[in-house]
Amino acid sequence: MALDSKTEFKYIGTRPDRPDGMDKVTGKARYGADAYAPGMLHGAVVRSPHAHAKIVKIDASKALAMKGVKAVVTRADFATDLEGEDWDLLENTIAGEKTLYDGHAVAAVAATSALIAKDAAKLVEVEYEILPCVTDVDAAMADGAPVIRDGAADHSVPEGLHPNVVRYTEFGRGDVEAGFAAADLVVERDFKTEAVHQGYIEPHACLANLGADGKGELWCCTQGHWFVRRMCTALLGLETTQLRVTASEIGGGFGGKTTVFIDPIALALSRAAGKPVKLVMSRSEVLKASGPTSSASMNVKMGMTKDGKLTAATAVFRMQGGAFPGAPMDMTTMLAFSCYDLDNVHHEGFDVMTNRPKQAAYRAPGAPMGAFAVESVMDELCQGLGLDPIDARLTNAVKEGTKSSFGPRYKAVGLIETLEAAKAHPHYSAPLAENTGRGIASGYWMNWGGETSTSLAIGEDGTVQVGVGTPDIGGSRASMALMAAETLGIPYENVRVDVVDTASLGVNEPSHGSRATYASGLAVIESAREAITKLSKRAADKWGIDAEAVEWRDGAAHPSGPNAGDFTPLSIADIAGEMGSTGGPITGHHDASPTGFGGSFGTHIVDVHVDPDTGKSTVVRYTVVQDAGKAIHPSYVEGQFQGGAAQGIGWALNEEYIYDDDGRLQNDVFLDYRIPVASDLPMIDTVIVEVPNPGHPYGVRGVGETGITPPLPAVACAISHAIGHRMTRLPISPPRVLRAIQGKGIS
Amino acid sequence: MTQVHVTTTVNGDEVEFLADPRETLLDCLRDKVGMTGAKEGCGTGDCGACSVTLDGRLVCSCLVLGVEAEGKDIGTIEGMADGDDLHPLQAKFIEYAALQCGICTPGILVATEALLKKSPDPSEEEVRYWLAGNLCRCTGYDKIIRAVLDTARDLREGV
Repeated sequence: MALDSKTEFKYIGTRPDRPDGMDKVTGKARYGADAYAPGMLHGAVVRSPHAHAKIVKIDASKALAMKGVKAVVTRADFATDLEGEDWDLLENTIAGEKTLYDGHAVAAVAATSALIAKDAAKLVEVEYEILPCVTDVDAAMADGAPVIRDGAADHSVPEGLHPNVVRYTEFGRGDVEAGFAAADLVVERDFKTEAVHQGYIEPHACLANLGADGKGELWCCTQGHWFVRRMCTALLGLETTQLRVTASEIGGGFGGKTTVFIDPIALALSRAAGKPVKLVMSRSEVLKASGPTSSASMNVKMGMTKDGKLTAATAVFRMQGGAFPGAPMDMTTMLAFSCYDLDNVHHEGFDVMTNRPKQAAYRAPGAPMGAFAVESVMDELCQGLGLDPIDARLTNAVKEGTKSSFGPRYKAVGLIETLEAAKAHPHYSAPLAENTGRGIASGYWMNWGGETSTSLAIGEDGTVQVGVGTPDIGGSRASMALMAAETLGIPYENVRVDVVDTASLGVNEPSHGSRATYASGLAVIESAREAITKLSKRAADKWGIDAEAVEWRDGAAHPSGPNAGDFTPLSIADIAGEMGSTGGPITGHHDASPTGFGGSFGTHIVDVHVDPDTGKSTVVRYTVVQDAGKAIHPSYVEGQFQGGAAQGIGWALNEEYIYDDDGRLQNDVFLDYRIPVASDLPMIDTVIVEVPNPGHPYGVRGVGETGITPPLPAVACAISHAIGHRMTRLPISPPRVLRAIQGKGIS
Repeated sequence: MTQVHVTTTVNGDEVEFLADPRETLLDCLRDKVGMTGAKEGCGTGDCGACSVTLDGRLVCSCLVLGVEAEGKDIGTIEGMADGDDLHPLQAKFIEYAALQCGICTPGILVATEALLKKSPDPSEEEVRYWLAGNLCRCTGYDKIIRAVLDTARDLREGV
């Protein structure tokens, strides 16, 4: 659907209160763990204490003998005929012959109270035969590394690599050696990033009710309840539509709630016990056994002429995604050089298995690691050649028509606009205090369309209800209501938006890929347009004129001109009040997989102060500049920019999964897995750039993910400048900074 | 299993429940009293999503046992608004878009209300350190801090 010619908006671009605001500030909003059912049991999961072990025997007799225990399930209670990704999903949900990481589920118990369930879980006796384990990506590729699962590699992997390398990609164009030869400066560096967790504050939680007849209901916190439906029914051997899934309010997801962990277990327990079962993860379970992101070991080489033109670039990304295929090396390779116009470029990616939990999506999955390496080398080139880092980026920046490093030509994009806005921002020219460095970095996420289905129905009083299938994680109900109000020409307050269950609409992909405002928004606009067509037809019928002679504006049907006749306009309320006798209910629907999504570029500026005595880095000023296409509700666009920056700062400075030699996670609580707290951060300034996306009626691009991509390199470059040593390994913790200052290396 | 009979006051109303001595106040509020506004984000006192007041003092209800509530006066997010009238902090959080997913919001509101009672004119630094025990993963805290500071200003100025 093409961009409207409309550029003046009445509602879009305003900042009304979100429709769900009242519920969320009063404690009334119901999240995953806030559901209860009559006769409900509580579940608890038995988890492996070993990173890699053969399951010799599971004896649940003592647990089952405990008063109040109603069911125990193991792998034997799930489908047996799965293969491919569904088999991986089941194997991750509950272990089969082997446990593959610390915290891997082995069995589960349902009992009449949460305390009984936890006590009973401790009585499930599991006999293990411990196997050697590996958690580091480079170690897992080395000769002699323990094999996680033989035969897991697909056809893309060249001969001679370790069986833990399960996918491989390699692509590029031009002549990189000739390109490097033409450069005045070539920089090559190795980089390493650690696995981090999405860190949503709400642990996974669900309430399942599944009968022996194969019909069921599931309430859960998820970014996409149709995905949950498909996955759960596959793992339990059910027909897809016999399970109705309702998405609760969701307490953060960031990609980590686009798959399932405990939901199939709760359904299996419910089926076995014949009662509803509530299952809630603890924080420790979330960190050990949900889906953190991948860790990466990387090599990037880039060449530049003395006037700032990039001549060639190569990158190698080795990424571990836990005990299953799926590390996002495809995205990392694809997006690594996405900011730059390159004739000579080459990428290589390795997907490597280790004894860690199956990685899941995390905000722009795969992109931040690549950006860290590439933008750090870019910064070093600018430093070496004495070039302004924004000017050098402008020299190489992609624009409409540029052939991207991954193939296709860009449509209208806003990288140049974000760079120019960053350069013009007072932050960029502000003086720096002692021991403080400034970092600049750009980043990209291409965004997504995906399967989308929405409905819109006119109430008898002319107000409107909208049903969408994309859970509201950060204010999307407000955006949907604004787009519906704008299209229909009625007040924002007259639109109610609900995230409806899987029995109410066609298939919807999750709120992922920065797609909700773009794709559900587009579908809401089309639903409203369909309703307008029907509303106009009712007016035309009443007036006895052709429907084409009716024009819809300001929430009412008008004769389109003097030739159409002289009739008093009929408002949406006028038409709705009579709809029962003029043809019945008036609704609009739209079902599509829109492909006109438009990517979003961002450029960040950060100042970091480093204490030379302690090595502690403090972010003292931060500015995000990003292209939104069109900001529907600017406050929530700013919120995405700020949240992405904060998560990126955490990734750069604090956060990491720490495993010891026996593969046990050492920091499975928030005290030790330290996400940024309020006192760690400054205000985060934002600049919304608007280069309209030609594939959305109002120009919307997604904005959710791009914002986490530039902070890793921006923060690292700022610290590198502050201390005079290039920081190539995350997190940039105080001990690492001190070692660098003291010239002892950074590993 | 021996349950303990607990009589306490929640948001001004007398409440009774039976608690297993191992159950936290958070569990009791949610599962026994039916108040699910306080959330469990960690269960270890690190995230503040379960913040309530106990005899006026801000606590993580996941670190208090249910039986310890005997005879105490508990304040939760459900008691913050006066009927349909939101507390100024609640209204400002909506106005400023100081919440995205909203899971941390009840705890942050309870915590900031306690701050403003103690310190009606806090500096930005004071707000940031007071809220250092309330994790928010969505917002980067910017709009939260602005909402708190501007609510404090409005309350001082009698707006």
